[in-house]
Amino acid sequence: MSPETMTLFSPRLAARLDALVQKYPVKRSALIPMLLYAQDEVGYLSDAVISEVAERIGITELDVRNVATYYSMLRFKPAGKFNIQVCTNISCMLRGGYEVYERFQEELGIGHKGVTADGVFSLEEVECIGACCWAPAIQVNYDFHDELKPELVRGILDGYRFQAEGKAPHA
Amino acid sequence: MPRLVSHPDEVKIVSSRFGKGAANIDRYVELGGYASARKCIEQGPDWIINEMKAANLRGRGGAGFSAGMKWSFVPKQSAKPKYVLVNGDESEPGTCKDHLIFLHDPHAVIEGTIIAGLAIGAKTGFIYLRGEYRYLLEIMEKAVADAYAKGFLGKNIFGSENEFQVITQTGAGAYEVGEESALMESLEGKRGVPRIKPPFPAVVGLYGGPTIINNAETIATVPHVIEMGAEAYAAVGTVRNGGTRLFGISGHVERPGVYELPMGYNLKKMVYEVAGGVRGGRKLKAVVPGGSSTPVLLPEEIDIGMDFDQVGKAGSMLGSGGVVVLDDQTCIVEFALRTISFYQHESCGWCIPCREGTDWIKKSLTRFHAGFGEAKDIDNIQYLAENMLGRTFCPLGDAAAMPTLAFVKKFRKEFEDHLNGKPCPFAKHVELAVI
Repeated sequence: MSPETMTLFSPRLAARLDALVQKYPVKRSALIPMLLYAQDEVGYLSDAVISEVAERIGITELDVRNVATYYSMLRFKPAGKFNIQVCTNISCMLRGGYEVYERFQEELGIGHKGVTADGVFSLEEVECIGACCWAPAIQVNYDFHDELKPELVRGILDGYRFQAEGKAPHA
Repeated sequence: MPRLVSHPDEVKIVSSRFGKGAANIDRYVELGGYASARKCIEQGPDWIINEMKAANLRGRGGAGFSAGMKWSFVPKQSAKPKYVLVNGDESEPGTCKDHLIFLHDPHAVIEGTIIAGLAIGAKTGFIYLRGEYRYLLEIMEKAVADAYAKGFLGKNIFGSENEFQVITQTGAGAYEVGEESALMESLEGKRGVPRIKPPFPAVVGLYGGPTIINNAETIATVPHVIEMGAEAYAAVGTVRNGGTRLFGISGHVERPGVYELPMGYNLKKMVYEVAGGVRGGRKLKAVVPGGSSTPVLLPEEIDIGMDFDQVGKAGSMLGSGGVVVLDDQTCIVEFALRTISFYQHESCGWCIPCREGTDWIKKSLTRFHAGFGEAKDIDNIQYLAENMLGRTFCPLGDAAAMPTLAFVKKFRKEFEDHLNGKPCPFAKHVELAVI
């Protein structure tokens, strides 16, 4: 994308995406990372994001949507600032993953794919996140929290709340 | 940070640098890193492939195919560029070994990729990590940048005539993409649906060029095979099953963790000694030996060596080495339901037997577990699973059907105990959320 083209993204992300299309033998290979990085900044794949990604890759918006709808991490509605993903797959289930998930639901007052009214948190029950030996595990955005117990849930939420309020970095 | 564990029976080869700061390139070199790649440049492709064949290193992703054989299938001459593709889309429930490799030893993955490239005459390698592993992708990207800065990657690697580029890639959430042909589709920027075989990737793969696809653990093992010598590496394991494996033991054990044990290590010992036995002194009910797709084993079936052939003989599979242990308080119907729910969610929908089969089995098991099952449902679940086997492009259909069949066959009585509105004797989670 030429410098004079309008972009939705921050200069840093725009530069990253410019480099991304040069990275692969075929431009289209940049599509999935581009969608993910754009989502990380914007929060979700808005129509405008899809339009700009389509232009950057040189494919139709329909083509972008066709690919994007396949991948479970990509979303078309805003999530919370901190998206809590609780694994309940077998290894986590055996060590209390559902109890942890239930505690998050109680504490936040939302269910699967819900977003809190203040937009700080969203919650998802997810499939295996590759932390089976440190179960039960969750991810908050990309951060892992291992070996959880329901009683640790409130402390985790408080940490992120402080971060959302800009009070103190999450320990 | 995932906890590292240790046991005296471990033979640390792939995990030898875990916890030693080897993500730092200088430290990796200090610990003997990149010497194998240099050696391979001197020795040439035929020598590498022969070593790999002699090492009996079989695919750590689950299929257990000989890495050396796979590499030898790549045509020497090719009009299209050849590629190495490292599968780090680790998503099989029960499996978290590659997580530790990327975290602690990213350069072993790069070095293994270089060696694979030298063996098949590829100038480019891709390292694909699942999207959830963002922090690990960042570690990998830093390692790749450092390797370029040192001249270990690029136009003239290690000052030789050989060129090798490494490109990292992220997924965005899809179990199916761990299947090799779907992985290539995803890397090409498409939906991760499988391709029909033949042609096999070694002939027509990524961007149409000959491609070898290996699991991240397999690739990270390669430099060690070269360093130790094929014979010494093979000798650690059993016949036709060279070396060690990173076994991830999870579930109801006292000391869950990733342990590196020789191929053929006894499963019973793994559960009772290495992992400290069943949690809280409870009784063992069952063991899933190699990730969620492998048929469950009963306590009397686990006195077996953990290699591809012996576990196969016992009616299951070594798979990804993810050992999931269930105690006597586990409801098998619930466990079967959670397993099939995963496959139903992850079926890409391309092949009808898998798309429909996983959905109907999930529906039947949900009803069953809620106490509304009928006797004929048990046979029907079995019938559905049997009709998925071998009828799909990729193994996801089998991966869903095989464990289901084992649960029903080996625990039929427990299914029957759920009949006629009887409440589940174990479970708390009668209604599973629809993911």
